Amino acid sequence: MGNTIRLALAVAGKDLRAELRSRTALLSALVFAALVLVVFNFARDPTAISARDLAPSALWITFAFGAIVALNRAFSMEREHAALDGLLLAPLPREALYLGKLIANLAFVGIVEAVALPLFVLFFDVELGHALGGLIGVIILATIGFVAVGTVFSAMAVRTRFAELMLPVLLLPFMVPPLIGAAAMTSRLLADRPLSEMLGLLRLLALYDVVFVTLCTLLFPAVVDE
Amino acid sequence: MITSFSAARAVVRRGRAITLLALAGLVGVYVLALDYTPVELHQGPAQKIFYLHVPAAWTALLVFSLMGVVSILFLWLHDERLDLFAEASAEVGVMFSAIMLTTGPIWAKPIWGTWWQWDPRLTLTLFLFFLYVGYLALRASIHDPLERGRFSAVVAILGMLLVPFIHLSVYLFRTLHPKPVVLKPSAPSLPPEMLRTLLISFAVCLTLYLGLVMMRYGVGMAERIREAGGEAGEVADAG
Repeated sequence: MGNTIRLALAVAGKDLRAELRSRTALLSALVFAALVLVVFNFARDPTAISARDLAPSALWITFAFGAIVALNRAFSMEREHAALDGLLLAPLPREALYLGKLIANLAFVGIVEAVALPLFVLFFDVELGHALGGLIGVIILATIGFVAVGTVFSAMAVRTRFAELMLPVLLLPFMVPPLIGAAAMTSRLLADRPLSEMLGLLRLLALYDVVFVTLCTLLFPAVVDE
Repeated sequence: MITSFSAARAVVRRGRAITLLALAGLVGVYVLALDYTPVELHQGPAQKIFYLHVPAAWTALLVFSLMGVVSILFLWLHDERLDLFAEASAEVGVMFSAIMLTTGPIWAKPIWGTWWQWDPRLTLTLFLFFLYVGYLALRASIHDPLERGRFSAVVAILGMLLVPFIHLSVYLFRTLHPKPVVLKPSAPSLPPEMLRTLLISFAVCLTLYLGLVMMRYGVGMAERIREAGGEAGEVADAG
């Protein structure tokens, strides 16, 4: 177990180092997320809908699209020069490879979210105040769920025709339960509702994470092994 | 495993016979629904669509769960017949979810006053439909049959796990959708004529599923033989 985690961290470290050296994908994903927020702001009638009413959905649409753009990158890098074959030849359990990729993707999507969140507060005039801690918790829970599934799908999508199109077509249905839960919790957090109103949603998010991280770890070998 | 074009043709022929039987049964269901069952007090004749909508929805959900189970077996046993069955089931399952998604709004307009509601159950079944269209799109975009089988099995298994989250969500959000009247812990709360017609219709839907899947399976068999280089002398009359 400890060895698996060590190997997973080595894979994640490799991915993040490669990414931080070039920074092109990260910067593009950041700019993309900022653009979605800006465009969202102009897609409403300011006299009819206040920015705050739209805020939770804008935030989660931005995170969802940002994550898709970020996940598209995860395996396209491995595909160039057949780098994935090298990884598969290494004495590395498939679980460790998956978890490493998952950690790298979580870090990558997390950076995009960390930059988008202050922009969101700025553009949508939201007062986070003491909701910030809860919101960060919700973001972490929801992100783990859809990135876990997205990591498997991105490994598949690079092997298909229309790779950039295939990932969102497959992944968006899986994003719906975490997004519904997270957006509903966000609007309740922003409205200062008591925690007891959110327990069901919180359980949904946590259960989703446990089920899909486990299942994806088990299924990942079927995606990469010939 | 898959032997010859003539075997494929035999499967298609049997499937066609079962499909015709099921279509005749469907006519019977309409007669029962219109003539035998009582008119519902509050919804009036609009409620009759229940006898098609609910069995189609059950069949769609059942088929998707079945695909998940078959896909687990495929990843374990690597038998291409299982992959072929999952592929055929996906196409027929998409048809049943399309029936569910079109009959629902026809009922909802007079009863709810709107074609569509962003109710969680409706939303998620719509997304389930998209998911399985995605499954077929994925199949279409992979050339290598082994890779196609493995990838689509992974999607089907994950999709099967998405189904319980649909049911979970029903209880977590305030919903307009009628509460279950049959599949619930206590006894079904509808008159016996209605329940009987519903169950007959469900049986008809399952027969229709079986017939259509057999036809599609037979076509899939023929496709595999052709992909593998064909069978001498039989290619010309494969259609």
